[in-house]
Amino acid sequence: MKDRNTTMHGRRDFMRAGLTVAGGLALPAGFATRAFAATRGPLGTWPAGVEGDTVYIGAAVPRTGAYAVQGEDELKGMQLAVEHINEGHELVRKIAPRLKKGVLGKKVELLVADSGAKPNEAVQAQQRFINENKIIAMTGSTSSAVAVALNKFAQRQKVLYLVAISGSNDTTGKDCARYSFRQCFYGQTAASAIGPVLIKNFGKNKKAAFMTPDYTYGHTVTKSVNDYLSSHAGWQMVTNQVSPLGTSDFSSYLTNIANSGAEFIINVNWGRDAVLSIQQAKQFGLTPKMKMVIPYQIPFLAKEVGPELTEGVYAATDFWWTLEDKYPLAKMFVEAFDKKYGYRPEWGANNAYMQFAIWARMVEEAGSFYPPDVIKAYEKGETFESTVGKVHFRAADHQLVRPVIIVRGKKPSEMRNKEDYWEVTEVVPGAPLMQKPDEFGCELGDYT
Amino acid sequence: MVTWSNFFSQLFNGLALGALLALISSGLTIIYGTLGVLNLAHGAMFMLGGYAGYVAYERSGSFVVALIAGTLFLLVVGIVMERVIIRHFYKRPPEDQLLVTFGLSICFVETVRYFFSSLSKTVPAPAVFSGITNLGFMFYPTYRLAVVGIVALALIALFLVLYKTRLGLIVRAGIEDSVMVDSLGVNVDRVFMLVFGIGAMAAGFAGIVNAPVVSLAPDMGEAILVQTFVVVVIGGVGSFPGAVLGGLVAGEIISITSMFNPGYAYVMLFAAMALVLMVRPHGLLGVKGRE
Repeated sequence: MKDRNTTMHGRRDFMRAGLTVAGGLALPAGFATRAFAATRGPLGTWPAGVEGDTVYIGAAVPRTGAYAVQGEDELKGMQLAVEHINEGHELVRKIAPRLKKGVLGKKVELLVADSGAKPNEAVQAQQRFINENKIIAMTGSTSSAVAVALNKFAQRQKVLYLVAISGSNDTTGKDCARYSFRQCFYGQTAASAIGPVLIKNFGKNKKAAFMTPDYTYGHTVTKSVNDYLSSHAGWQMVTNQVSPLGTSDFSSYLTNIANSGAEFIINVNWGRDAVLSIQQAKQFGLTPKMKMVIPYQIPFLAKEVGPELTEGVYAATDFWWTLEDKYPLAKMFVEAFDKKYGYRPEWGANNAYMQFAIWARMVEEAGSFYPPDVIKAYEKGETFESTVGKVHFRAADHQLVRPVIIVRGKKPSEMRNKEDYWEVTEVVPGAPLMQKPDEFGCELGDYT
Repeated sequence: MVTWSNFFSQLFNGLALGALLALISSGLTIIYGTLGVLNLAHGAMFMLGGYAGYVAYERSGSFVVALIAGTLFLLVVGIVMERVIIRHFYKRPPEDQLLVTFGLSICFVETVRYFFSSLSKTVPAPAVFSGITNLGFMFYPTYRLAVVGIVALALIALFLVLYKTRLGLIVRAGIEDSVMVDSLGVNVDRVFMLVFGIGAMAAGFAGIVNAPVVSLAPDMGEAILVQTFVVVVIGGVGSFPGAVLGGLVAGEIISITSMFNPGYAYVMLFAAMALVLMVRPHGLLGVKGRE
């Protein structure tokens, strides 16, 4: 009987890992150490995590589920960055000039777990990495629900969090954190960048149907885009089709859109949901009659649905490989990535790579792994080189000020090679696109 | 968005959606009804059917070949699975059965991911059924219309097997009282193998039929599995007509709710399931006393 009980325990763990039954998310109280008086008392995983020759970064990326394709790409960006950091590669040193080999002479190692794009699984994985490996920083997310959960977790644990893909306004808005930093673009900047392009190309007073995934990313991006288009050009949201993350059959949503009189489909769905909704919109004959717009680009979208379906589609994105013609660092990155993995990186990989390189820079600038020192290095807001030109962090909400790239899907006949899906039509400077740092209610929280 | 034209569109869409759910669920419910095994690998088998069809399509360029290949492949998978693994679990507690089928589903999904990556794969609809049809009140993808017909034929075939053959008689008797069937001298062992094979085949067939509608990905079965459980519970566990009715009810609930507020489509589905469980714990067409 005793034996049976022990095996049952193992089985339960197994079931929990796979079945998506949302159990109670009971986190250990954690060891956010309260250091009195001493200014350099232990904090989070510091100094335990930096005592050896190696420092660890924990990554919880989706390798299964609706965002698995994007998670793998993101992971490759991280792995390349770690390799470059450890060998003192030229590209990393353009971003982090003080870096030699490793960060402050320490080798960086990446620990990886599958989050399935689920917040509780991501937090559990990071908790394990903190307990077992004393990770000095954590990363991962392709869902803002994960990013927001890790923001809070990072703040509580006092371990830095390098946000991976996250498009919600909340990540550096109402759910921002002192211990979290975001490189990529987000709802507000996406909307202000793609809005003028849509108005210029298609005019005023249009009817748009929105397709929105039902979580923080979807709702904030839809709101930002709709606010922009309605206030600047009188566009009207005729319907908003909200679907759960991981929807596979969009027929009932598309039927509503077919009956809505919309001229545009503004599709905020992401990952596999975007692929399926775009394919099915075509099956239902909605496109190309209605024009598809993608305010928050999805890595590998064109590859998965085929260039016939992305032809003429406008999208806002973080990075596209043809930027190599414009930015020397982009060229170095694309070449290094292509050499290692045999394809040109998508924006998730660029975001991940940049986040690691920036982190290495900030630690080197601070001359210490002590979290408040590193955070203050970010908050100095110094300008540095990136794969999309000069960028800097905003101290008040920890958002990188960086351009948003507008792309348009090429005709299959215009493609110069098999990965030449998008044409960069504009690189929109970041600063004017951004809201005031406190507009979305960001309060960063404490350093210690 | 509540207009008559949208209502009819959604009503119709619910039928098409429900037809697919009915087909997938019928395999699950036959296996459970006869063998008493709740097959958590059913979603993964649905996915396997799609990929087997995809491979056959890539080789042959023919949708019909893909359909046959996907279906037969799953018949073989089902029989092998039953002979090698599942039959050792008939007499073990239900949680063991859940775990072994769940474990198999992980193996299937990750094996497919290993060979095909997570990038989605597309099987185009056969040329005769490509394009869009004008139904008067709406435009509808021709292939989805064809799916309703294909599913209806498949369900009729299943019906004939279950209600007009000796095998079907034994299966239905087994659902009611397997001990009695056994003691009447029927070789239950062989029947079980065939039933598992047929159930798997239904999943595989649905997988390839569904492939032109929803492109393939390794974990596509996960979401379908949850929906088929809901369908089976609504219709009545172990009941073949229940699975068909449950599928149509579920399709309509999703479609009609989304007309009012798409965010609640799946909430309503689960609410309906809870309601059925409260009012008729054995499902709409289920019978009390079935295992």
